[in-house]
Amino acid sequence: METLLFNLFIFVLACFVGFEVISKVPTTLHTPLMSGANAISGITLIGALVVAGASGEFLGTVLGLVAIIFATVNVIGGFMVTDRMLEMFKKKEEK
Amino acid sequence: MSTFLPDSILVYMPTVVQLVYLFAAALFIIGLKRLGSPATARSGNQLASLAMLIGVVITLFDREIVSFEYIIVGVIIGAAIGTLLAKKVEMTSMPELVALFNGLGGGASALVASGEYFRFAEVTLGNSDLFIMGISIFIGSVTFMGSLVAFGKLNGKINGNPITFFGQKPLNALLVLVIFAASILLVINPEDVRIIYGIVGISLLLGILFVIPIGGADMPVVISLLNSLSGIAASAAGFVLDNNLLIISGALVGASGLILTNIMCKAMNRTIANVLFGAFGGDGTAIAVADGDSSKSIREVQPDDVAVMTAYAQRVIIVPGYGLAVAQAQHTIREVAALLEAKGVDVKYGIHPVAGRMPGHMNVLLAEANVPYPQLYDMDDINPEFEKTDVVLVIGANDVVNPQARNNPASPIYGMPILNVDSAKAVVIFKRSMNPGFAGIDNDLFYLENAYMFFGDAKKSLQTLVGAIKEL
Repeated sequence: METLLFNLFIFVLACFVGFEVISKVPTTLHTPLMSGANAISGITLIGALVVAGASGEFLGTVLGLVAIIFATVNVIGGFMVTDRMLEMFKKKEEK
Repeated sequence: MSTFLPDSILVYMPTVVQLVYLFAAALFIIGLKRLGSPATARSGNQLASLAMLIGVVITLFDREIVSFEYIIVGVIIGAAIGTLLAKKVEMTSMPELVALFNGLGGGASALVASGEYFRFAEVTLGNSDLFIMGISIFIGSVTFMGSLVAFGKLNGKINGNPITFFGQKPLNALLVLVIFAASILLVINPEDVRIIYGIVGISLLLGILFVIPIGGADMPVVISLLNSLSGIAASAAGFVLDNNLLIISGALVGASGLILTNIMCKAMNRTIANVLFGAFGGDGTAIAVADGDSSKSIREVQPDDVAVMTAYAQRVIIVPGYGLAVAQAQHTIREVAALLEAKGVDVKYGIHPVAGRMPGHMNVLLAEANVPYPQLYDMDDINPEFEKTDVVLVIGANDVVNPQARNNPASPIYGMPILNVDSAKAVVIFKRSMNPGFAGIDNDLFYLENAYMFFGDAKKSLQTLVGAIKEL
């Protein structure tokens, strides 16, 4: 129970940090912000690594493997496509 | 990977891992902060990806990880698919891709939580751990399925109209209660695997039920909300694993998604509840607003006329909407703008916050077509400009330029902030037919004295316009 409360503290405080950090974002950046944030949510990959790599029930390992594939697509694809979009914005500014 | 380390270092590894997680969490916060400003956005994204790499690499030193075959296979497959999707996607399909990635993130979180359950099937898990597992599987599965339905709606595989049936809302509420009850049941009965299957099944069903009643034009809200949910799902998985990096990063994403959701709702003058449960548009109430006046007439216009109007104008504003994305006409409109600018016309773009199917959709499309950033104006900045504008070209936008929102209190969209294109000297509306827009509301704009209709596919219409301007 104590770790749960501790985790809850961290969660709530991190939410406040998120609200503060991203409050004023221009329309142009809405899509990149969303897809960038989306890639960050792929952080669940590190959980998937533990589930797939640890010893335990075989079913757990298989679920971990699928989780790794999903999360890696999310992370790699998300960051790359965000970079592609932001590169497009950059090109114009130099013109 | 911890087996490669000497024992003297090994004892410190758990501490080192946590410290590196702390560092990665800080990098994520800085990265997100930088993503919010145009000058630093790209470096922000790179910083966030660096944080991710650091987090992943240090996790490989976790003492719990003993075999790497599955990890290597999974990462290679995932990286290949991710790279392929990111490189190949058309900018017009960005909303679908974001929805798909959201879904995969949520799905991964649900899999992590259920994997943890099966991994510890024989070990006793704490009560709160079991309950959180249930909730975590629930949030992840809803995100997964909801995003897939949104994906289907966005690429047209599923009907974009709201799909509703009798008793939908009570059913959804009931199902959520069942999930909570099942999670408590899991605490009482940890060994019953059927409860896990039940939670997964009901959650997937809820994901479908949650998105099907939401119509196409409300997609910017839904995508932002699913984005937020995918963060919360990652956070929930962090609760299951007691992993602070997951909890923090997930919470950051959850917060950013909520901010975007809020911006989108405000731009439509609606509450989040109204978007989620209102089943706006398509059929039903909205039609009743038509005032039965059959004497209203529209004026159709020919390409040559539009060419003359625009080429000899001083100021032209282009208002793009979802129709521009559907017709993939972003390059053609840029061509029109370039021709006009060569003739000395001042060209600007006015962008409504909810134009398109995701937040910032139009900006991305126009950026792809190399439209200079300073020419793009937000709603508040462009609205005072319409009065002194000679011609407005409305391309594939409808509800966001409907004057009813301003002056008809009976209209369902009354109160929604719109682009006041009707105050310009002339408005040319590029539209496929007279069918009402998504909201199913007649657009008063079309019947105004200064409005001209240009029927046809946006891309083809603009191409004929390009030809006509060149011939002048």
